[in-house]
Amino acid sequence: MEISCAHDPGQDKILSSPASNPYLPVRCRVEDIVVESEDGNLKTFRLSIQDQEARSRWNHVPGQFAMLSLLGAGEVPIGIASSPLEEGLMFTVNRAGVVTTALHRLSPGDELGVRGPLGNGFPVDTEMVGKNVVIIAGGFAFTTLRATLLYLLEYRERYGEIIVIYGARTPGMLLYRKELEEWAGRDDLSLHVTIDREGPGWDGLVGFVPTIAGQVAPSPDNSVALICGPPIMIKFTMPPLEEIGWRDEQVYLSLENRMKCGLGVCGHCNCGPVYVCKDGPVFKRSEVQRLPVEY
Amino acid sequence: MELIVSGSDLDRLIRSLKEKGRVAGPVSRPTFRGRMVAWAEIRSIGEVVFDEAPRESMKRFLFPQPEVLLRFKRKGTGYEVEPGQVSQETVLFGVRPCDARSACLNLLPYQDDPFFLRNMAATVIVGTRCEQPCSTCFCRDVGGGPESIEGMDARITPCGEGSWKIELFTEKGLALFQAMAGGEPAPTPEGGAEKTPPLLKPLKSAPLSSLYESDVWAELARACLNCGICTFLCPTCYCFDIQDERLGSSGRRIRYWDSCMFPLFTQHASGHNPRPTKLHRVRNRFLHKLKYFPDRFGSFSCVGCGRCVRECPVGIDIRKVMKRLAEAVQTEV
Amino acid sequence: MRGIVHHITEELRNTARELLASGRISAFLGFREGDHPMTVAPFAARTAEEVELLIFNSFCVLNSANTIPELLRDLTPPAKRGEPPNEPPMIGVIATGCWSRNIVVQIQEHQVPRDKLVIVGVASRGMVDRRKVLAKLPNSDVYSVEEQDHLLLVRGRGYEVEIPRWEVVRDNCRSCSHPEAVDFDLWIGPKTGPRSIDAPFQELEEIEGLGAAGRWEWFSNEFSRCIRCYACRNACPLCYCPTCFVDDSRPQWVGKSADFSDTATFHLLRAYHCAGRCTDCGACESVCPMDIPLRKLTKKLYKAVKERFGFEPGLSSGATLPLSTFSSEDREEFILRPGGPGQEER
Repeated sequence: MEISCAHDPGQDKILSSPASNPYLPVRCRVEDIVVESEDGNLKTFRLSIQDQEARSRWNHVPGQFAMLSLLGAGEVPIGIASSPLEEGLMFTVNRAGVVTTALHRLSPGDELGVRGPLGNGFPVDTEMVGKNVVIIAGGFAFTTLRATLLYLLEYRERYGEIIVIYGARTPGMLLYRKELEEWAGRDDLSLHVTIDREGPGWDGLVGFVPTIAGQVAPSPDNSVALICGPPIMIKFTMPPLEEIGWRDEQVYLSLENRMKCGLGVCGHCNCGPVYVCKDGPVFKRSEVQRLPVEY
Repeated sequence: MELIVSGSDLDRLIRSLKEKGRVAGPVSRPTFRGRMVAWAEIRSIGEVVFDEAPRESMKRFLFPQPEVLLRFKRKGTGYEVEPGQVSQETVLFGVRPCDARSACLNLLPYQDDPFFLRNMAATVIVGTRCEQPCSTCFCRDVGGGPESIEGMDARITPCGEGSWKIELFTEKGLALFQAMAGGEPAPTPEGGAEKTPPLLKPLKSAPLSSLYESDVWAELARACLNCGICTFLCPTCYCFDIQDERLGSSGRRIRYWDSCMFPLFTQHASGHNPRPTKLHRVRNRFLHKLKYFPDRFGSFSCVGCGRCVRECPVGIDIRKVMKRLAEAVQTEV
Repeated sequence: MRGIVHHITEELRNTARELLASGRISAFLGFREGDHPMTVAPFAARTAEEVELLIFNSFCVLNSANTIPELLRDLTPPAKRGEPPNEPPMIGVIATGCWSRNIVVQIQEHQVPRDKLVIVGVASRGMVDRRKVLAKLPNSDVYSVEEQDHLLLVRGRGYEVEIPRWEVVRDNCRSCSHPEAVDFDLWIGPKTGPRSIDAPFQELEEIEGLGAAGRWEWFSNEFSRCIRCYACRNACPLCYCPTCFVDDSRPQWVGKSADFSDTATFHLLRAYHCAGRCTDCGACESVCPMDIPLRKLTKKLYKAVKERFGFEPGLSSGATLPLSTFSSEDREEFILRPGGPGQEER
């Protein structure tokens, strides 16, 4: 067995720059906050990176996430909702634990830290090129898929047909409603927005995401699907797709687990042999099928 | 290269080193049960216990509990941030071959971790030969050995009549004993690393499912208390948690040892827990050491020091787990 | 295995076997040998074959009561949606004096239904602290240990020594006045009756005599070794909270690293949680890998509760629990002592 054990790392790595110390967040300013959902539990934060050098270094792929870092409260992994081509960063945060609750108390002008980008992201520049793309999202898991969609639309000619199926409990729980309206008007994108149950003021699709996915029945030929949502949604979305010929190799999922470092070191997010933070969060469904169900 | 030095020379060296940093070794301490061998700062080489493994590994010197990642102070709408602690210059005497080797194994996941690297750079490991492996030791089964010098900068061996043999392996080792020696450190001798342990290959090539579904996990889970003894005493368990501690308008972000034996380790903010039972957690610990880590880094995440075997309050033995997994792999073939 | 230990183990297996065969219980909870000398593991035998693994010897330093709530949960079939929870099945459990007292505490605190337990009482001969044995050996290494009635025959590399058993019996057992189960349905082994102990709290005297500064120094010295592994908590039959106060995040009561202020908070709070409930079974101290004298705290509180309320935990399931009951007779001089803290500001 070969283990090289160089005690001296060669250089004394400098702890004071986020460039060489991955535990050090870059400073960001909250530019804008939008309450996304009618229950107030989902807020979108638009951030600007304060430091010029950090700003020019920042480069992410749709599907990656970052650690939002609130000194005194802690850190939380959140999917990056902005496209790499947008100015600044955008995160949509569900209020659930200590840190997200503290994040929800921020106001525009406040400072917070960001560590990232982390993880792998969707293969927008490789395996997805030249293919039809089917985006299926449920609830607030739409965030990184928004980033992806914006990216695809920016480089529209590189991809085939784009189909988006997005569902939420109620109309008031849909994210990015303005943009949804915009996208609905485009003819190079087929958008299917659905809510779980009929409600006043809603004349769109009604039904769970799996049902709608079955009705839309996107062709598996030369296609990939990106599916993000609660585990139960993913579970029921697969059978109707499989029925029409979709294979696990064509389907990308984004996993979630408790994370601390985001660097594949701290050990929290492992799902069997893989670290969700470093090897993922995006995995082909065929890879996920080989993993123990520890997510 | 090697040299023979007297105890008083070593004590002089230790005194001078203490002016710049800390010098520590395993020493015997009285406790209500009799005694224990514990890591402590030393003043002389005579205090160091060579013939018994300390209760704890040397982990806390490279992986402080806690380690400060950064300090912060409220300023206007934001914070003033000061990066974490500076590593203390440290010399460790009497590190056993298994423990020294753990530094190399932990370096694999920590290869880009600036804090761990700094701690490594600031620490000189003066190891020792293991003259008498315990009944609970199994270093050879996991790729080490009582003669291994992996991870050591130097090695000290008592050679009677108050004199000591010092072998120097690295620049750091040489620098430490510079006043007494001249010349170059010896290159790491061949044969320091033992041969590949027989179980490594079969476990690496085994499909995960054959190990994951073993009935050994349920057996272990029935006995396990789900405490953190095995993980915290283990020299190669390196998982940590990060948390902020605040007092008024200032505070610090620390990382500290965490254990995959604890239910909270994996619990999501929603309450969902991907490893909800003891069985899940016990399985994860052993598979991480014996399958996941080898698949990724090519070696067991275990140095065979036997602490988990000796200290487990319900007498769980990782060697039995290895045997059972080997059987599972064999029946698979 | 010979002598008393052998006979009791045989009797234990016979009793467990009969109880299982009769269908009266679905599991018998006790201990089996650990993989390492002088260790045992909690074990619930569910079949006749598994019964043969049950043992009772001087190394049963854990407390059988600790596993009862978990075992009952595991054995209870999950309820169908919308239906009330199922009743747990009956289990058998072996109990010495302190173990049975802890079962009584669990019954009083509504953690365990008495009617689901068949308690098989036994008299403890005092359990052995294996670390006391190890501390006597050349390099703390042992190959095998054979228990005889009054001797431990210890074999290691190139030696064989006999250690008088009583020399290495745990401190709590040496000062125990209730070696026999206090509440039981069946009995195995000889009956020994209660022991009379002249000075049950003698082991506290040295520390009590130190003065506040000295006591703090003793406490800091001993407890700063803690590695926060929580073995003490996990081995404790009183620690059944679904979420322990150290694990709470909202609010977070105590820091998580091994900084001494956090470690001290953990141990002080844990000890207070156990006041008036702890039977001095010694499981916490037995499992501590860092030789922390944990029982000194709990024993001090045992003494305080005994002196103030005339109460010793777990002796009767009908007793009133002093720390969860208010009585106008309760002594309150620590609040109302004239000239005491806070008085001068009135």
